[in-house]
Amino acid sequence: MLTRKGFTLPQIIISVFIAMMFIAAFYLHIPINIILNDVMVRLVMNGVLVLSLVPIMNAGIGINFGLPVAVMAGLLGMCVAVNFRFNGLAGFFIALGFSIPFSVLFGTVYSYGLNRVKGREEIASAFIGFSVVSAMNIFWATAPFSNPVMLWPIGGKGMRPTITLEPFFAKTLNRIFAIHIGECIIPAGMILLFVVLCLLLSIFFKTKIGKAITALGENEIYAVINGISVGKTRACAIILSTILGGFGIIVYAQSYGFIELYDAPLLVAFPAAASILIGGAIIKSNRILQAIVGTLLFQTIYILSSPIANELLLPESAEILRMFIANAVILYALTTQRPMTR
Amino acid sequence: MKRITVPFVFVVLAIVGWHYSQLSLSFITNEVLIRFIRDGILVLALIIPIKAGMGLNFAITIGAIAAQIGWLFVLDIQMKGFAGIISAAAFGCGLSIILGWLIGKVLNRVKGKEMVTTMIMGFIGTSVYQFIFLVGYGTFIPSHNKEIILSRGAGVRSMVDLHEYRNIIDKYWMLQIGSLEIPLFMILVVISFSILIYYILNTRIGCHIKAVGQNSGKAELLGINIDPVRIKAVIISTVTACLGQIVYLQNIGMMNVYTGHLNSDIFSIAALLAGGATVKNASVYNALIGIILFHFLFIVSPQAGQNLFRNAALGEYFRTFIAYGTIVFALMANIRTIKS
Repeated sequence: MLTRKGFTLPQIIISVFIAMMFIAAFYLHIPINIILNDVMVRLVMNGVLVLSLVPIMNAGIGINFGLPVAVMAGLLGMCVAVNFRFNGLAGFFIALGFSIPFSVLFGTVYSYGLNRVKGREEIASAFIGFSVVSAMNIFWATAPFSNPVMLWPIGGKGMRPTITLEPFFAKTLNRIFAIHIGECIIPAGMILLFVVLCLLLSIFFKTKIGKAITALGENEIYAVINGISVGKTRACAIILSTILGGFGIIVYAQSYGFIELYDAPLLVAFPAAASILIGGAIIKSNRILQAIVGTLLFQTIYILSSPIANELLLPESAEILRMFIANAVILYALTTQRPMTR
Repeated sequence: MKRITVPFVFVVLAIVGWHYSQLSLSFITNEVLIRFIRDGILVLALIIPIKAGMGLNFAITIGAIAAQIGWLFVLDIQMKGFAGIISAAAFGCGLSIILGWLIGKVLNRVKGKEMVTTMIMGFIGTSVYQFIFLVGYGTFIPSHNKEIILSRGAGVRSMVDLHEYRNIIDKYWMLQIGSLEIPLFMILVVISFSILIYYILNTRIGCHIKAVGQNSGKAELLGINIDPVRIKAVIISTVTACLGQIVYLQNIGMMNVYTGHLNSDIFSIAALLAGGATVKNASVYNALIGIILFHFLFIVSPQAGQNLFRNAALGEYFRTFIAYGTIVFALMANIRTIKS
């Protein structure tokens, strides 16, 4: 990496890019308070999903492109909660609770898979994710749920592709403790939940098992000499990631207001991976901080790109630009990563 | 023993699916033959990077993109008939050589992680291509054909008609035997491409590729310069993929400009693996057998899903699952053989 006066090349590129977008937004008269608002909501909305990549990265397994596995567990938990018509903030937390057993189950199976492909986890995890999405498609089409809100109106069999959460727990977390300052709304409840999750995760990495995960990620041979069981420690990191990923999609769905099933979560891992990698290009030390800063930057780009593209009368280009940025960041990270020491 | 596991599973699934689909053998044979000539060359494009030790080349999507750019170029200047196909192929191949060289350059920086890098590069290629033709065509690329441009004056329509070129080369030497239609010329084209790949692997460059793939350390000791050999392998693969997509689109007769190339990598790779190839080794036979097995299953599964569960969508989900699942299986099975 180029180092000039303490700044690295990616840091310069990212700051210049975001500065340019803010200048463009200013000239196009896009209201700044709405943008700030959206950034805070979207930080938490996507932040938990990004946070879920941290344990797997710390364990030295690399980028978890298999995030759909965790998302499926979260969706299952959420669908069970909706099926029993739990609503309000309690419904949201019940959904989180229901997702945990699914996450542990999925995470255990997933960790068996990833432990068999040591050294090539990234490509394997991507395709495990894709195949789980398509396998779950079969499940969604035949799922034994009974709440008619979730099923096709005609025939009454098979889940709808989008289920509204409006009668259940849509935006309950967004509304709770929301602080109104002028036109700006600070979703304090969401931010509180996010901060609590970040703190819990950082406390986890101070415990014995958490330290074992970090040690494994830093130097596998050294960790083995110190009596750390590689397979079990990796499994722990993967299961923890899966639980967090399940929470992530539930937070996302309650904020978005809809559960999206079938192929919608297919590419969920790529923007999340890009977020943590942008963070990694800015900060070197703490992975949790990387996740927060990276999500903040990526979501700022996300929010600013849509109105700018609309003003330039090319609305489709925003989505293409985002995908390009996400994948370019991942490619950059892949080409500059130090070779794996195995 | 391990080499025939995947083909065996596919044979069993295909027979079970065929039984429940109740489709006639002549219908399936026709469909399989069409897909054989449609997808054959794309599948063959995967063999050389595997032999070079780079694993599955998901970046054949970029070759497919080059082919689509070739078609758009021909449509833009409105060149008709056989000359149009040849120009599209020539334009696409020229582009593929440049793009393949670029992919090779990047892949030489990520040794050991080629597969995930090719996948990400495929996505980036898609974004750049979509951006150029959605925003650039008609603005900074001058447009000569009002038929394919959007009414707002910038961007290509999402679906363009290749009716002019449809089945031009497929119709040569079409044999009719009862209800069977055998496009003999195109089958010969696919088979001659197979022979070409087989031949390339036995020439000087092919031997270098195989040596690099088997043991790059030893190959270096033998005085082979590894990086250029790998770049050549990727260029050959990208150009073959481009020609494959040209044939694919002239067979289908219309082009989804922004999405037509998207699954070319997954389905080609799944077909190759269905024929018994692994991440480390693949041959022309794997490709030829794999296309037939994979597409046999592909054709019967929606109908089988309809007959078994009264839901054709289930069959489609199932075949997508089979495609992804085959790739996962290949990635896992191969690693275990390395360990032992």
